[in-house]
Amino acid sequence: MTAAPLIDLRHISKSFDGDLILDDLNLSVPENSFVTLLGPSGCGKTTTLRIIGGFEKPDRGQVIFDGQDITELPPNKRQLNTVFQKYALFPHMSITENIAFGLRIKGRSRAYIEDKIRYALKLVGLTGYENRSVNSLSGGQQQRIAIARAIVNEPRLLLLDEPLGALDLKLRQDMQYELIRMKKELGITFIYVTHDQQEALTMSDTIVVMNQGYIQQMGTPEQIYNEPENAFVADFIGDSNIIGATMVHDALVEISGVQFPCVDKGFGVNRPVDVVIRPEDVELVAPADGRLKGRVTHIIFQGVHYEMEVTAPDGFEWLVHSTKCFDLGQEVGITVDPFNIQIMNKPASEDEEAIAAE
Amino acid sequence: MKTTMTIPSPGRKALAFPYILWMIGFTIIPLALIFVFGLTDRNGAFTLANVAAIARPDHAKALSRALLLSLVSTVICLLLAFPLCMILRGRRLGTGSFVVFIFILPMWMNFLLRTFAWQTLLEKKGVINGILGAMHLGSIRIINTPEAMIFGMVYNFLPFMVLPIYNTLCKIDDSLIDAAHDLGADFFQTLLRVFVPLCVPGIVSGITMVFVPALTTFVISDILGGGKILLIGNVIEGEFTRSSNWNLGAGLSLVLMVFILISMAALSFFDKNGEGTAF
Repeated sequence: MTAAPLIDLRHISKSFDGDLILDDLNLSVPENSFVTLLGPSGCGKTTTLRIIGGFEKPDRGQVIFDGQDITELPPNKRQLNTVFQKYALFPHMSITENIAFGLRIKGRSRAYIEDKIRYALKLVGLTGYENRSVNSLSGGQQQRIAIARAIVNEPRLLLLDEPLGALDLKLRQDMQYELIRMKKELGITFIYVTHDQQEALTMSDTIVVMNQGYIQQMGTPEQIYNEPENAFVADFIGDSNIIGATMVHDALVEISGVQFPCVDKGFGVNRPVDVVIRPEDVELVAPADGRLKGRVTHIIFQGVHYEMEVTAPDGFEWLVHSTKCFDLGQEVGITVDPFNIQIMNKPASEDEEAIAAE
Repeated sequence: MKTTMTIPSPGRKALAFPYILWMIGFTIIPLALIFVFGLTDRNGAFTLANVAAIARPDHAKALSRALLLSLVSTVICLLLAFPLCMILRGRRLGTGSFVVFIFILPMWMNFLLRTFAWQTLLEKKGVINGILGAMHLGSIRIINTPEAMIFGMVYNFLPFMVLPIYNTLCKIDDSLIDAAHDLGADFFQTLLRVFVPLCVPGIVSGITMVFVPALTTFVISDILGGGKILLIGNVIEGEFTRSSNWNLGAGLSLVLMVFILISMAALSFFDKNGEGTAF
C-alpha cells in the first residue's frame, strides 16, 4: 500500500456512557479499495463507520481524508456518502425526489439532475421506477434506490452499513455480485460493514476483523481465512478446530500428545500455542494410517459434505467436513497436511481471552 | 386483538350497544335538536333567518374577530410549539418523560381556574402590575384587551399543539436525519425538507385542536376580555342564556359548525393514517 490512503484513522477512541467502544483504533484505507469491517454486533464496526461519516465524533484521535483532517467537519461537508442499514429513504418523496435530494441541495441544474437520475437508476437496474413511491418497493429495490441516492453525488468514498442485512439469502447473494459490479463501474472506494463473514469473504479486497473495539486482524480474504492470527478470527471466520498445543520446535507441534509436522516457524521451543485446523482440512483415514485415533460421535448430512464430530482419546471433539461418509461409532484415524496447520500465539491480553471464550 | 377474536360475533355486536346508545343520546339527538332549532322560528315554522343572521353587523363582527383571534393564537402556538418540540426531540426524552409531563400538567387543572388565575395576574391592580409598580416601571394595561384574550388562548391551548407535533417528530427515524445530513443538507435544509414535511400530520392535528376550541370559546373572552369584546362564542352563549332565543343561538352555531367541519376535513386530508393523533 504505497499510495497515500484515502481515509486514515489515527488513534481513534470512543465511548458511550462510559463503555469503551473503540480503543486507539488505527486504520488506513487506500483509494479505490473495497474494505470490509467485519465483526459481531457491538464490536465497534458501525461506530467506526459513523465516525468516518461524521455522525459521531471520536473522543480522541483524528480522521484524515485524502490528507485533510476532517475530524471536526460535519457530515454534510464531507466528500462521502452513506448507504444506511434500513435504507433511510424519505417516505414523503418519490424515487426521483429521493435520488435528487443531494443534487438539489447542491443546486445542480435540472438537466444535470435528470441525467444523473437516469444513469443511477440504470446502474442499479431500476429504470422506469422514477415516479413510484418508496413504500411500493420491495426491500431489495429500496436498497438499490438508497445506493443510487448516494452515488449520484459522486462521492469518493461510499460507506455501506450492513446494507444487505434485511434481505433474504438469495437476494443477498445477488446483491453481493451487484455491489462488486457497481464498485468496478464507479471506481470509488467502498467501506462496508457486516457481521456476515461469507459476505465479507465474497466481496472485499481487504477484511478488517474487529472485536470489542480492537482490530483483530486485517488482510485479504485469503489471509483472514487461511492464516487467522488469533482464536477469535479463526472462530469467527468459518468453522474451525482451535486446539491448545505445544510448539516443540520450528515446524513441529504436539497436539493431544501426538507430534504433527507443520510449516510455521519462529514460535520458540516448547511454547504453548493455539492451533487452528479448518474442518475441511481434517482427513479421516483408516485407524492405522492416522496420527491420532478417534471415534465418530456425531454425523449430519449438509448437502455438499457430511459434518462429523470425531472424539479423540483425550476428549477433544474434532469438527470434520468430509464428502466421505463414516458410521456413527466407527473408529477412524485423523491426519492433517502440514500446510493446513495454522499456529497462533496464545491470547496475550485478557480481552482476547474473553473473545475466544465467546 | 386475541381477546376480541375469541368472542363470538353476536356477543361482539352486543358490546358495541352501550356506545351506540351513548352516541345517539349525546351526539346525534343534540345535533338534530340544533338543526331543528336553527332552522325554525319561535313558532316552529321553517326559516333560514337564524342562519342568515350571521350577516348582521354585530354578529359578523364577532365572527370575524373570533376567526382573527383564534387564527393569531393558532399561529403563535405553532411558532412556540414547533421549536420547543424540536428541542425536546433532540433531548431524546421519549414520550413518557417528566419534561413532557410538565407541559401536559396544566391541562389537568380546571380550565376556569387557570383562566381566572391569569385574570388576577393581568388585572389593573393585579400581580404583574404590582411587581412593575414596586420596581417603579409604571403599569401596563392588558386586561380586557384582545391581546389578553390571545394570551389566554395560547396559554390554554398550547399543550394541544405541543403533543401531536412532539409525537410526530419523535416518530421520525434518526436515520432519515442522518441521511439528509449525509446528502449535504445543513440544519435548516433538513428542517425544511425532512422535519416539516414529515411533521405535517402533527402540525395539522395541532392546528385543528387549537383553532377549534379557540374559535368557539366564550369563557376566555368573558374573563380576560371583560365581557365587552364579544366573540361569536359569546354571542351564541348570550342567545341561549340571556336572550333565551334558542333558535338564533342554534342558527349561529350551525354557521360556526361549518368552520369546524372545514378544519376537520383538512385534518383528515393531511393525516390519513391518524399519525398526528396525540391522545
